[in-house]
Amino acid sequence: MTLWTLIIVASLIVLVEKLAGYLVPPAFFEKTAPRRVSGLLTVALLSALVAVNTVTTNQQIVLDARLPALLLACVLFALRVPFILVLIAAAVCAALLRLAGLGV
Amino acid sequence: MAVAVSAYGISFGALSVAAGLDVWQTCVLSLLMFSGGSQFALIGLVASGGLSAAPAAIAASALLGSRNTLYAIRMSPIIGPGFVKRVAAGWITIDESTAVSTVQPDLPSQRLGFWVTGVGIFIGWNLTSLAGALLGNLLGDVRQYGLDAAAAAAFLGLVWPRLKQLQPVVVAVAAAVVATVVTPWVPPGIPIIAAAVVALVVGLTDWFGKNEEMVW
Repeated sequence: MTLWTLIIVASLIVLVEKLAGYLVPPAFFEKTAPRRVSGLLTVALLSALVAVNTVTTNQQIVLDARLPALLLACVLFALRVPFILVLIAAAVCAALLRLAGLGV
Repeated sequence: MAVAVSAYGISFGALSVAAGLDVWQTCVLSLLMFSGGSQFALIGLVASGGLSAAPAAIAASALLGSRNTLYAIRMSPIIGPGFVKRVAAGWITIDESTAVSTVQPDLPSQRLGFWVTGVGIFIGWNLTSLAGALLGNLLGDVRQYGLDAAAAAAFLGLVWPRLKQLQPVVVAVAAAVVATVVTPWVPPGIPIIAAAVVALVVGLTDWFGKNEEMVW
């Protein structure tokens, strides 16, 4: 599978998911279990992506400059700092640590 | 909201190029997929596992996109009949357009809120992700600038507003632990899918749930 195939297939699936909602009978929506699972699915997938992108490299658990950068981001999000500023702060934090030779 | 979307768009574009996509591929994702969480997940998995993570990348973006189906079901009676209109509405059925529409007091303003927000974000998101991709191309080596850390922070920023009750917090922590622990033992991308099982189990049994009105 090429990168292009991946992009087109994944995009079409997500698009069809949206369109399918306009065909489904509204009664399904009244049930709370699908709503709850859907909400928690989003939380679980994004949290897993946070973890995998912070402490793993090539299927190995690697603790490096990304971890302190993420902890900083955590504090900044708690302080309601805007998204883009938090991302820049996290990037700068990791870059400076690497520049100082700490946590490759 | 415009500022927030621009920030997400630029971050997405830059991180997408850093993950190995080119500018065109980044643009196609934003035009066709047009769902922030799914797009970030796809590039996050391509960044960590390359093409060997492709099945997991498709699964993760589809699972994250599944909430748009629920939004579409909610929006369906508000949008009304007309094939072209419903396809166009489907295309721009996302977190923000649904959220803005559903807080309006009456049907005309619900419709207006949906279309203005959806079309506005569609234009803004595509322009800013293109700008981000071009910017990312200029940067070159991403680790040197800490862009890999910014990617992790981006996912944290996406999940943060959803962590207002015990149940989602429990799921978030458990999902992060599961994904990390299984990483050395399974193919790239599978840790993310394993974490989805946590949501399924907690969601179906309603562990730690006492309040039905969660943010979704």
